[in-house]
Amino acid sequence: MDTKDIIKPENLVYSKPRLLNDNPMHYCPGCSHGVVHKLIAEVIDEMGMEEQTIGVAPVGCAVFAYNYIDIDWQEAAHGRAPAIATAIKRLNPDKLVFTYQGDGDLAAIGTAETIHACNRGENIAIIFINNGIYGMTGGQMAPTTLEGMVTSTCPYGRNVDLYGYPLKISDLVAKLDGSCYVTRQSVHTAAAVKKAKKAIRQAFENSMAKKGASLVEIVSTCASGWKMLPENANKWMEEHMFAKYPLGDLKNE
Amino acid sequence: MAKVKGTVVVNNERCKGCNLCVVACPADVLALQPKEVNDKGYHYAYMKNPDNCIGCASCGYVCPDGCISVYKVKL
Amino acid sequence: MAEEVKLMKGNEAIAHAAIRYGADGYFGYPITPQSEIMETLMEEKPWETTGMVVLQAESEVAAINMVYGGAGCGKAVMTSSSSPGVSLKQEGISYMAGAELPCLIVNVMRGGPGLGTIQPSQADYFQTVKGGGHGDYRLITLAPASVQEMADFVKLGFDLAFKYRNPAIILADGVIGQMMEKVVLPPFQPRLTEVEIRQARPWATQGKPAGRKRNVITSLELDPARMEENNLRFQAKYREIEKHEVRYEELDCTDADYLMVAFGSMARICQKTQEMAAAEGIKIGLLRPITLWPFPTEAIAGYADKVKGILVPELNAGQMIEDVRLAVNGRVKVEHFGRLGGIVPTPDEVLNAIKEKLM
Repeated sequence: MDTKDIIKPENLVYSKPRLLNDNPMHYCPGCSHGVVHKLIAEVIDEMGMEEQTIGVAPVGCAVFAYNYIDIDWQEAAHGRAPAIATAIKRLNPDKLVFTYQGDGDLAAIGTAETIHACNRGENIAIIFINNGIYGMTGGQMAPTTLEGMVTSTCPYGRNVDLYGYPLKISDLVAKLDGSCYVTRQSVHTAAAVKKAKKAIRQAFENSMAKKGASLVEIVSTCASGWKMLPENANKWMEEHMFAKYPLGDLKNE
Repeated sequence: MAKVKGTVVVNNERCKGCNLCVVACPADVLALQPKEVNDKGYHYAYMKNPDNCIGCASCGYVCPDGCISVYKVKL
Repeated sequence: MAEEVKLMKGNEAIAHAAIRYGADGYFGYPITPQSEIMETLMEEKPWETTGMVVLQAESEVAAINMVYGGAGCGKAVMTSSSSPGVSLKQEGISYMAGAELPCLIVNVMRGGPGLGTIQPSQADYFQTVKGGGHGDYRLITLAPASVQEMADFVKLGFDLAFKYRNPAIILADGVIGQMMEKVVLPPFQPRLTEVEIRQARPWATQGKPAGRKRNVITSLELDPARMEENNLRFQAKYREIEKHEVRYEELDCTDADYLMVAFGSMARICQKTQEMAAAEGIKIGLLRPITLWPFPTEAIAGYADKVKGILVPELNAGQMIEDVRLAVNGRVKVEHFGRLGGIVPTPDEVLNAIKEKLM
């Protein structure tokens, strides 16, 4: 059978989601952000929530998320996305409200906003990209940087005596009475992508059902920041990141 | 002979040649262009062994740039 | 129906006026001397009547960013604080100016710098009218001198904020916030519905219907050519505001030999100074800027050739005086009188300053 006979609309089994527009994404080759963007676009579309969704973009590599997913967005100051999402959801209780944040944004400068929004049980979904590094500013140490991991501000490896320990913020959030769903996923294989999508869907449904705060951590790679080929970054993530940040549900109520 | 037949269409200009689809493919269908590059200078992905494709879409799922469409027919 | 006159604190008047304006949300953090604003709102429970959301945030930083989020949805939202808390809010204020978001901020000033004192002050003039946060932006600044103006400026502030898509701030001080006075509260007006917001504020993020482009609330633009365009648009807007929105009050300025320029609680003290001076046969006029930005530059300039000297009494070490001097541009002597650290001067101190510095 010739490929021309296969390439027909009725035979399409996978393609770029409708809500991911044609703007070329600025992310580096192999960046996990792109996959997560696709999943968010797919879930919003499948839930039929395009006209009722407001996303909150972070400061960091995903600052331009609003250029790619075709919904209404607000761009937050660094770390403040959960505060902004709090107000959006409180003032518009029937909208789907989510934040999209990296580890520096969510777990360093925005720790207070993250903890308190979740502790208040705000009916928002937080998508948390944890790649253990500040990507946008050139690969500096993040709160989630692993012990011994080299970054541009810990060029001899993270020394926990000097810089403290990798912050497992999802574990903290899971302990809060206001959070209803905390899970850790990844997007490095097709199977992982499917699971991550289910997690995002559940977090978004929790927002609509007003069940409390949901946090989906995506353990991710930063091939450029880690100075590795994307496929090697995936392997390194499996060997090192998953040991510190094991995948699976931390809380599902 | 396989009971399904698939094929992959790569948006060459969106592709950044990250190779993740090549790694994800269970049937050794994809490869990066050894010489040709797109307008941005990336060696984009292409079907090196199109006959092997089973339309599983693993390549599509892991593609960070949404440049892959997958088609499948039952034979 | 006869107007209902009530007796209340300036801070309480702000809260009641916000509910009556049809504000959609208040986000705050406790700090003296303005805590009555949030306390009154919590007591009144407007979420049960008008549907207004009132939320105590974890910090001033979170509160101002909640205001950003609400404003980005086209809602009428506000926050209040006092000097140290307003310093923390500068990040959000700059972002809102950059994203062209309307909102109302209330600063009931206390003495600084640092943690300073909880007593009244006007030392945040520079912070408010000259920037405060980073970047070339302006805040529409209203300076109330009475509890009635605290109430009235809520509507005025919101209306101007929405008219120009720019944050507006009520710059009060501890005196105006804490003192009790008669006040006629404004009538209730309904909150806007989602349909009305989508129509009146098409830029708001309310969810993207098919057929319109996505709305993005952001202050970010990495392309310098476009960022300059944005800045030029802001500046053009600021020039419009300067042209149309200057507000001030003149008291006994005709035939005055001397002029005082004072705002807020200081202007009230100056009224007594005027009386005392008149009793001595000294004619002193009082010009009270109501908008500190836009500043009544032309009105003040008009007195440069009419009076023998201008005194600028302030509860600070000399801040508004710079704008008064710019207005008269050296054509008349301009002197400052101020008390610092929370001290409120007496009217005769002000009169003595006029005698010593200008006569």
